[in-house]
Amino acid sequence: MGQSYLDLRRTLAERDRSLHEKVVSLEEAAGLVHDGETVGIGGSTLSRTPMAMIWALIRAGKKRLSCSRGIVSSEGDLLFASGVSDHIVTSWFSQGIVWGISKVMRHHVERRIARFDEWSHMAMGLRFRAGAMGLPFLPVRSMLGSDVRRERPEPREMVCPFTGDKLLLVPALNPDVAIIHVQRCDAYGNAQIDGLQFMDIDLALAANRVILTTERIVSNDQIRRAPDQTKIPFFAVEAVVEVPFGCAPHECGGVYEPLFRHMDYYTSLVNADPVDGMREYLERYVYGPKSWIDYLGLLGLDDLLDAARRGRSIANE
Amino acid sequence: MSSGGYTASELLAVMSARLLADGQVVFAGVGIPLLAATLAQAVNCPGLTILFEGGVIGPIIEPGKLPPSTNEQRCTKRANMVLGSTDVLLLLQRGYVDFGFMGGAQIDQFGNLNSSYIGDPANPKARLPGTGGGNDISSLTQMIVAMKHEKRRFVETVDFVTSPGFLRGGATRRDAGLAAGGMYRVVTDLGIFGFDDVTKRMKVVALHPGVTLEKVRENTAFELVAGADITVTAPPAQRELDVLRRLDPERLYIA
Repeated sequence: MGQSYLDLRRTLAERDRSLHEKVVSLEEAAGLVHDGETVGIGGSTLSRTPMAMIWALIRAGKKRLSCSRGIVSSEGDLLFASGVSDHIVTSWFSQGIVWGISKVMRHHVERRIARFDEWSHMAMGLRFRAGAMGLPFLPVRSMLGSDVRRERPEPREMVCPFTGDKLLLVPALNPDVAIIHVQRCDAYGNAQIDGLQFMDIDLALAANRVILTTERIVSNDQIRRAPDQTKIPFFAVEAVVEVPFGCAPHECGGVYEPLFRHMDYYTSLVNADPVDGMREYLERYVYGPKSWIDYLGLLGLDDLLDAARRGRSIANE
Repeated sequence: MSSGGYTASELLAVMSARLLADGQVVFAGVGIPLLAATLAQAVNCPGLTILFEGGVIGPIIEPGKLPPSTNEQRCTKRANMVLGSTDVLLLLQRGYVDFGFMGGAQIDQFGNLNSSYIGDPANPKARLPGTGGGNDISSLTQMIVAMKHEKRRFVETVDFVTSPGFLRGGATRRDAGLAAGGMYRVVTDLGIFGFDDVTKRMKVVALHPGVTLEKVRENTAFELVAGADITVTAPPAQRELDVLRRLDPERLYIA
């Protein structure tokens, strides 16, 4: 089970929650994640995936991370195949419905190299929300009667003391660290998210520490001009990293869409051979490049600019 | 392409779109459901509201720009509202949604859906991607499922209940604590199916043009309830097919 309520509070109380600058490099941020920790991943499926942070965790050789996310896409392949994670908690795990079933997920789960714990999507969300609310669980009306529920040892059923309704209690998820990518934030970690928020606000408040990566760092004055757009408060954030195209080849809403050509190439490579294909991909795109910028160079300027043109077009009428 | 000049997927999309009515609120999955809901909106339900689990209320999907899942910015095009994914799913629990609308990999006689495992879950032949929002949608509202009609997909008992239908039939769904919702219709390339009021077993509602009951039985691994009141659907109209092909010119989902 999770950490005790007082331990969770103590962790926050010990942190410097003042309005202070916390900009670090990608490599320094990776150093804030320790082997064996639980890591909540922001975004969903191909959207606002903190790909640069995951890329840095792989390069730093992290081990035994237990990762949770609403829906897991190709970043789950990378986490499993690199050996960074041996445990993923999510509602859905494959690259995306248009690419079929991830052979990398299948390879690791069917051979018991790694675990994939399945929860309903809403149960994942309410687990983060309970964590964000400082509560040990929340009740839910889904999962009841299904094998998704039967396969999970954690939830409990209860009869509502007010109505007699049967409910399922899902336990809070308070990850040791959350990694979240946003369109913009200031140097203090005030994060503004455009478009789909997914579970990121609950995830940020549930986690003991938050590492933010951002397309760009803006001034605190700019944040203060539109404070209603700030979705994650600075005092929840431990570190800020500016990483342009930080989700590529996934998308960052309003900035770029997925790099579909790269995703097609990636899925055909790794689904044809989940072991050697992944090894080739990791070598070429994760271990090989000198830097994130070098990695973006490998993705190709044509594809990046095309993705950016499509990304910005969401606002076109 | 069948003799009628349309693919099985196009037939699925058209037939399931016809089940929707103007003014309804529909929670749609990616693929055929998204296409069918958008088709319904364009053809005869301009007031249909689509919800996506990424956290979207009432978008208007752009032809030729179908999203790769229901979690990308394409899903938000011209939406009335975007909100957190937990909150959009909670709208199902509160009761704002008329129909959930999903695809299916494997279904059984009580409408239970499996998208988690092929074979014994303890030692599976294949691990599938899992529920996503499927379990929540099918637990909390009336369901329409669109899927290909094959014997290996229409099984007596699913290997794993990912998204609950009527569980073991009768009152077992209600007894499990699922107070509302349930399977309403299963749309396949052979016909349209519902569920018996009492036993909750799958029954034949209508057959598509040229399809016989024998053909349906050959492609179903359990005994279907078949009364005297089975109707025949009208074939897809050219207008429906035109709209569909305009929505998906790359034939991502209708091939």
